[in-house]
Amino acid sequence: MKLVIIDYGAGNIKSIQFAFKRLDIDAMLTNSPEEILTADKVIFPGVGEASNAMMMLKEAQLDKLIPNLEQPVLGICLGMQLLCKHTEEGDTAGLGVFDVNIKRFSNKVKVPQMGWNTITNLKSGLFSGIENNEYMYLVHSYYAELCKETIATTNYETNYASALQHENFYGVQFHPEKSSIAGEKILKNFLTL
Amino acid sequence: MLAKRIIPCLDIKNGRTVKGVNFVNLIDAGNPIELARQYALAGADELVFLDISATLENRSTTLDMVLHVAEQVNIPFTVGGGISSIADVDALLKCGADKISINSSAIQRPELINELSNKFGSQCIIVAIDAKQIEGEWIVYLAGGTIPTKRKLFDWAKEVEQRGAGEILFTSMNNDGTKNGFANDALAVLSDSLNIPIIASGGAGTIQHFVETFALGKADAALAASVFHFGEIPISELKNELRNNNIEVRL
Repeated sequence: MKLVIIDYGAGNIKSIQFAFKRLDIDAMLTNSPEEILTADKVIFPGVGEASNAMMMLKEAQLDKLIPNLEQPVLGICLGMQLLCKHTEEGDTAGLGVFDVNIKRFSNKVKVPQMGWNTITNLKSGLFSGIENNEYMYLVHSYYAELCKETIATTNYETNYASALQHENFYGVQFHPEKSSIAGEKILKNFLTL
Repeated sequence: MLAKRIIPCLDIKNGRTVKGVNFVNLIDAGNPIELARQYALAGADELVFLDISATLENRSTTLDMVLHVAEQVNIPFTVGGGISSIADVDALLKCGADKISINSSAIQRPELINELSNKFGSQCIIVAIDAKQIEGEWIVYLAGGTIPTKRKLFDWAKEVEQRGAGEILFTSMNNDGTKNGFANDALAVLSDSLNIPIIASGGAGTIQHFVETFALGKADAALAASVFHFGEIPISELKNELRNNNIEVRL
């Protein structure tokens, strides 16, 4: 199986590669359209600020390619947010795969949300074998609102979508690569989708 | 609900764990990678590695260690000690560190906080503050708590937040090493006046101290070293007891 992690300069992608390595799976880091198109599974990571990340995606000419991929794609953290319609961060237009907008947490709560929170209402094979209310590691200031594509819900200030799915596209707000054994199980599940 | 975090802190010199560590089943107590894996299995939520190496040559040994920790450990970790530039942070993050912690370098040149958070995002920038309460006033110290500054804890903490830090690690020098509990009054003021997470450090001796720092000190996370390293407080027991006290933890 050919697994690629899209390397467009946004964030700490080595951690994801290492997580797969712990599962005995080699993942290729690449920004080559050819390599991405011919992959069986694609990871779309992202850490940092949204408008900058989107600019880097455009520079690598991946903004048109990603939404048209037909194999399973997993967006992680900012990767998930960039797959949505729009984010308040830097007033940035997303790739529009998920029909939902990204909003900022208010100052009623500490921002960023940093640490382990639970995922509930799990609705996808991505979470096969994962208990309801399992803890995942999250670090983020912006969140996806609940929508029809929500496949996991987390509560921080409000109930929000901590995972999304639309056809072959999956997105998780949390970091499965940093979420202990349960996170590794989710990465493993993604490979079987 | 967001869980309160338990964070063991490991001192690193030349890529090895220093200070006595007494862990059951540990073949090499000086091996930070093995220790980190044990802590991850035991239920630690994060780890902090404090690099106390002095020379530049030793920094590359540290980077090598960071790379191996990232390869083998499935929970987030922070690296602190001797970080004073964008290049230092870039190298650590590229080796797989999730967050970095700065202290003296931020006091000496506060703009560094802005530069790092603009470049890497505030989520990976922790500012550590060592402070000592003298005649009712909390004075910030630098260089590992050896040199007093003119800065006051609460003003400095506010500035650190405004400059873009994602988190504050507050060590009370009055409490550190005493095993008499955390500085909960100061912690509660920090937590109430700032809108970023606060990590409590210094003074952990009993499970009750952790209960108090979350309940009274309103800390978001608690960091400790010796009580974990010497097995005085097993993490699973600590977390069960926290939950019995209605404090949200990841079990």
